[in-house]
Amino acid sequence: MSFLLVALGAAIGGPLRYLVDRAIQARHDSVFPWGTFTVNIAGSFILGVIAGLPTSSAVMALTGTGLCGALTTYSSFGYEVVRLVQVNARALALLNVAGSISAGLGAGYTGLVLAQAILG
Amino acid sequence: MPDAMNPANEAVDPDVDLHIPTQRREFEDRPIPVLVVIAIGATMGAAARHGLDLAFPHAAREFAWATFGINVAGCALIGVLMVLVEHVWTTRRLLRPFLGVGVLGGFTTFSTYVVDVSLAVDASAPRVALLYLVAMPVAALGAVWVTATLTRRMIDRRTTQRQLADDAGDMPSYAERG
Repeated sequence: MSFLLVALGAAIGGPLRYLVDRAIQARHDSVFPWGTFTVNIAGSFILGVIAGLPTSSAVMALTGTGLCGALTTYSSFGYEVVRLVQVNARALALLNVAGSISAGLGAGYTGLVLAQAILG
Repeated sequence: MPDAMNPANEAVDPDVDLHIPTQRREFEDRPIPVLVVIAIGATMGAAARHGLDLAFPHAAREFAWATFGINVAGCALIGVLMVLVEHVWTTRRLLRPFLGVGVLGGFTTFSTYVVDVSLAVDASAPRVALLYLVAMPVAALGAVWVTATLTRRMIDRRTTQRQLADDAGDMPSYAERG
């Protein structure tokens, strides 16, 4: 059962990452991978909220493991950093690592705190 | 270096890079097939991740080995995949959306990584949190670098061997003419 919910969430999260990434690039032409950055930070915030709420394992499978897991990506993030180094954009590569991790941590933690604050 | 092998002409974002004309057109040309193969791939990748999470569970104060292994393996695989997609399997237009965006994007996760760091701090395990925080990007970026470099080197060697074979094949014709 949990596999079905994970699959359903991922079937939404994966295409959503592609569409959001594409929409951001279309509006914001840059070597820096803002599309991947955005989905990773947004997904981290949503997962933080879900992890901070007393959710059932079914809700966690659908929205956390499935949706947020597929919306965010480590493989694209890692590949982008190496590519930025290869095209001699070392400062952007470093900025992507430091920026993605610190913003992701901040977003995830904010989500956790927000959920706990709502619960009181 | 021939223009096609120049890394500066390749995508930076493996999900979709609008600087690459074929990637810019792929969604406009075939929106439904592209989204369908991404969804199928993401379903497969996420289900595999879920299976590994269940097989190797971890408490909040413990190092999340399953997610660590998943992200490092996914990074190693995308290093191979992207070099092959850009130099060998150049006509298979749905391969990158299916394997790169879908399977590997669905398999690896950034959100679980950062939230697990926070949860380890909350569970009074700051050293585990810090180790996990640093070890993940170091191992994952190292994995992409190694696999992408080795794959590119293999393709270069094959191309050189083929050129040498072609040159050798030309020799008799010159000899006949001479």
